[in-house]
Amino acid sequence: MVGWAFLAPNLVLMIGFLFVPIVLAVQLSFQETRGFGDPQWVGLANYRTMVEDPDFWRSLANTILFTAVTVPIELAAGLGLAVLMNSALPARGLLRTLLVLPMVVSGVASAMIAVILFYESNGLVNKVLETLGLDRVGWQSEGAPAMVSVILVAIWLRLGFNMVIYLAGLQSIEPELYEAARIDGASRWQQLRSITVPLLGPSTFFLLIMNVIASFQVFDVIFVMTGGGPSGATSVLVTYAYRNGFQIREQGYGAALGIVILLITLVFTFVQWRTSRTRDLAG
Amino acid sequence: MTAPAHQLPAQAATVAAPQQPRRRRRRDESRRGIVWRTIVAVVVTIVVVFPLYWMLVVAFSPRGEIFEPGLRLWPSTFTLENFEKILDRYPVLGWFGNSLVIGVFVMVLTTALNLLAGYAFARLRFRGRTAIFLLALSTMMIPVQAIMVAQFRLVVDLGVYGTYWGVILPGAAAAFGIFLARQFFLSIPDELVEAARLDGAGHLRIFLQIVLPLSRPLIAVLLLLTFLGSWNDFAWPLIALKENELFTLPVGLLYLKGQTTPDYNAIMAMALISVLPMVLLFLFFQRYFVQGFARSGIR
Repeated sequence: MVGWAFLAPNLVLMIGFLFVPIVLAVQLSFQETRGFGDPQWVGLANYRTMVEDPDFWRSLANTILFTAVTVPIELAAGLGLAVLMNSALPARGLLRTLLVLPMVVSGVASAMIAVILFYESNGLVNKVLETLGLDRVGWQSEGAPAMVSVILVAIWLRLGFNMVIYLAGLQSIEPELYEAARIDGASRWQQLRSITVPLLGPSTFFLLIMNVIASFQVFDVIFVMTGGGPSGATSVLVTYAYRNGFQIREQGYGAALGIVILLITLVFTFVQWRTSRTRDLAG
Repeated sequence: MTAPAHQLPAQAATVAAPQQPRRRRRRDESRRGIVWRTIVAVVVTIVVVFPLYWMLVVAFSPRGEIFEPGLRLWPSTFTLENFEKILDRYPVLGWFGNSLVIGVFVMVLTTALNLLAGYAFARLRFRGRTAIFLLALSTMMIPVQAIMVAQFRLVVDLGVYGTYWGVILPGAAAAFGIFLARQFFLSIPDELVEAARLDGAGHLRIFLQIVLPLSRPLIAVLLLLTFLGSWNDFAWPLIALKENELFTLPVGLLYLKGQTTPDYNAIMAMALISVLPMVLLFLFFQRYFVQGFARSGIR
């Protein structure tokens, strides 16, 4: 009884604002809600629309592309910076602090700064490119550069977090291991490959899940920087669901997109969980 | 005799010769290593910090200057007009207050509830504990954006759409802190709790008078992280608020961009106002911030 009493306040909020909405979302995804009338039951119509909706497939492909590019870069760069910041350096504390700083900046503020930096007609990035004798890039008018710009901002925002987690992981590795490896004549690169990377496995696993989920759900950066444009080039599932649920006001379709996002997240998490378990058993 | 005598120094020389340069070479290498590492570290840091520097430059530049032709990396004249303008034209102080009120409520509510739940999972035995723990764990996998349409309708039905509560309540329904709290409480020695029980203290008293005072670092981390999360949250306040007087800073920032001719200098002044409190908090409580993030990783 006491246990439940301690849990009750938290459970009430979670049930009320997470589990009830899931049930409501499933229900809503079977309804047509356009306009002001009562919602109508339409069965699987929203899901059928989705299968035939090129914008949905494009948003899904963009989401996968965005995730597939950002996550490996965040992991590799986070590890590289952590190793660098764990070695002997002058003013190491100051450098670490500065590198972690973007972590506390909101997605909206970073996106606003990026809007100005990547401003197409006379932003700083294009001015620098011009000074270097290169061509200006159509950050707002061309699809591929627009995607590159949102990817850069996402990496900027999350690099510090990856570095911090890896730094914590590095500090748990016994220095004797490196000493032994050095005596055996292992090069720095060999040490990194055979000691650091394997022993950071748990950190990598945690970061992989966190980064994939964060990339999969990226919203504020894209919403503010490109709004999903130009012509859908940076539209991802979450911005597309928002567009349908709140801008076009087809809430039933928006809810159906949400259910798909939920299902993909759950499948990914489940697969990760299974593979990590077998890895634990094997190790 | 002569041969070995002749050989010996030669041998010694061949043994010693590579050794000494090698030692010196290693020292040179490590010195060169530090130089190279420093160069890489400084360059990367400059690149990472540059966008924030640029925010400062634009916020203190005269209107439109950054879009004039020519490469200019600092303001021609240092001006406060952008700040005066936004404070004059928009309810910026109100937005700041809204972010603060919502942040403090979410922070206190979430931390208190997570601490209570964490105590139950770590220290109390009851039926269904494991199942509920897994259920709470699973909520961290629910993408808020997946259920935002349904959450929105729920908030409307509850009559809290467009109010502080509409932002605070869904924002406080978080399980993240439960795990940190549970881990921390598991490390508190059983003897302390048992002794208090023998003295006839109930669990609420043990929680309040013994466990909490021992948990200051944990509480600091939870407060900081939940406040940061609420302060920077965008998607949900954007959905749950309608009148611009009630906007939080990130939503207000977007509102400024939505004006017919966006004034980017004013927007950067506004961005600076929204970012500065968190940057200062971070610099003061850096150790707690970093520990909090790091610890959530080693879970």
